[in-house]
Amino acid sequence: MAASKVVQAFFNDDEVLMKAVKKVKSENHHIEEIYCPFPVHGLDKAMGLEGTRIAIMSFIYGCIGLTVAITMINYIMIADWPQDIGGKPSFSYLENMPAFVPVMFELTVFFAAHLMVITFYMRSKLWPFKEAENPDVRTTDDHFLMEIPVHGDHQGLTDMLLAHGAVEINITEK
Amino acid sequence: MYTFSSKLKIASFVLMIVGALAIGYGFLSSPSTVEEAKALVAAHDDGHGDAHAAPAAHGEHASAEAHDDGHSAEHDAHLLSQFKNRPWAALYVGAFFFMMIALGVLAFYAIQRAAQAGWSPLLFRVMESITSYIVPGGIIVFVILVLSGMHMNHLFVWMDADVVANDHLLQGKQGYLNVPFFLIRAAVYLAGWIAYRTISRKLSLKQDNAEDTKSYRMNFKVSAGFLVFFLVSESMMSWDWIMSVDPHWFSTLFGWYVFASMFVSGITVIAMVTIYLKSKGYLEQVNNSHIHDLAKFMFGISIFWTYLWFSQFMLIWYSNIPEEVTYFITRIEDYKLPFFGMVALNFIFPLLVLMNSDYKRINWFVIMTGLIILFGHYIDIFNMIMPATVGDQWGIGVPEIGAVLFFAGAFIFTVFTTLTKAPLVPKGNPFIEESKHFHY
Repeated sequence: MAASKVVQAFFNDDEVLMKAVKKVKSENHHIEEIYCPFPVHGLDKAMGLEGTRIAIMSFIYGCIGLTVAITMINYIMIADWPQDIGGKPSFSYLENMPAFVPVMFELTVFFAAHLMVITFYMRSKLWPFKEAENPDVRTTDDHFLMEIPVHGDHQGLTDMLLAHGAVEINITEK
Repeated sequence: MYTFSSKLKIASFVLMIVGALAIGYGFLSSPSTVEEAKALVAAHDDGHGDAHAAPAAHGEHASAEAHDDGHSAEHDAHLLSQFKNRPWAALYVGAFFFMMIALGVLAFYAIQRAAQAGWSPLLFRVMESITSYIVPGGIIVFVILVLSGMHMNHLFVWMDADVVANDHLLQGKQGYLNVPFFLIRAAVYLAGWIAYRTISRKLSLKQDNAEDTKSYRMNFKVSAGFLVFFLVSESMMSWDWIMSVDPHWFSTLFGWYVFASMFVSGITVIAMVTIYLKSKGYLEQVNNSHIHDLAKFMFGISIFWTYLWFSQFMLIWYSNIPEEVTYFITRIEDYKLPFFGMVALNFIFPLLVLMNSDYKRINWFVIMTGLIILFGHYIDIFNMIMPATVGDQWGIGVPEIGAVLFFAGAFIFTVFTTLTKAPLVPKGNPFIEESKHFHY
């Protein structure tokens, strides 16, 4: 494919944006990306994006955290040095389990939360010193930007976007 | 308007009749003399310690070897009183359990009103109908308490003057634990709950045909006031009606613990009644987002209950102070399966089943989980009352199941009768439109 052009359509209202997204989808155009200053409720559904699986990952991380906690505390308190500390029954894991529950709970939450956040950063490619990918500075303030790749003629698409509330159209090489 | 289906009406009558017969059988078959009690223990002394769950008429946990070896007549009298307590305790657990569901719903309803929740007004008539059971259910519990006060049973050991005479600790608590004051307190709690329920219902019906929102705003204020009264009265109720069956034992977070149990049971019943009505074609505007919200509450409050259960257990287990820890020692020794089984039913099961957001929208999933949660919280109340009243002579047999069936029938009859008395969708509530279009 030749170096494609993108149509950048600017909107200044999220309601208008939602309607335009539905129109563009219904005409079978591929939406490359939409830049918003704030989350627009229902935009992912209108764009037809898949649901996130980060909750599933978080559950798995939580299970890992629980396992780490159980293994660690069983090794330290029961297997390695089952010392009598204030009469607590350190003969088996189960007998002393209530005392370990706070640690088990906290480590489960710790793993679930932190690994999920790190997963989020990695999947969305966010890190310090990362160069911002803003096509236009106004999208962080009060403008919404829809990018649609076009091959060849884009007049029809531009007209349609303008008719559906776009306040400005730019065409750039990507 | 809802019409009480004749099938459900007949089912509720069958439940009540079968339950009443089983309760009567429970009273008739309990031994009246020491000899009969000893014979019962001997008859079941065949070494099957795990015969707990067998739904036999007298599937008592038989550990008679430990008892029979040369104890005094005092012990025999103790055994007899445990046997005599069993039908009473079964009746009391059943009566309290269903009353507590209505009370939990009442608290939830008041919170929804005071919080001006936008999603729930569509379910207000369901909640109002469930809380109607607080009137007969509360009165039944009160009657059982009066009968205890008249020494018809030995559910509350501190009501026995002979016991108090020899018990220094109970003498010290006489200022609070004495029958007249106990019954006056019970009457005050019930009067407060029933009064709020009646007033709020009246205002809610008045709002239906009102031009302004005066009744709605009045209801808001009454609900907020009720919540203050409820938290105090519920906490004291739990000391009076439940904690005082173990009058030597005390726990500060007990009121919250009982509250969590009634709250999650109440929310579960709201979800179940709503799903039932929707499946019958009423409540068309209730969508799966409403069910999702209720299931989230079931999930969250189940975990809240576990938090309190564990906090109470772990603090007492950890410090192991003899005067407090006997409570859990008797439960772990004699009630191992129900005591730990209920944690699985009330925590692990809802935790794993209701975690997934999609499952919370599936009606049969919510119903199945709801049944498990309700069973788990029945066992919870069972674990609170039984060890102090029947001790190791417990079982889940005819008297227990009979009481549950009877009160379930009465509950269904009361709730669904009340449902027929007002339109299922309240009009005039400022949030009703939002509730109809609630989407999550």
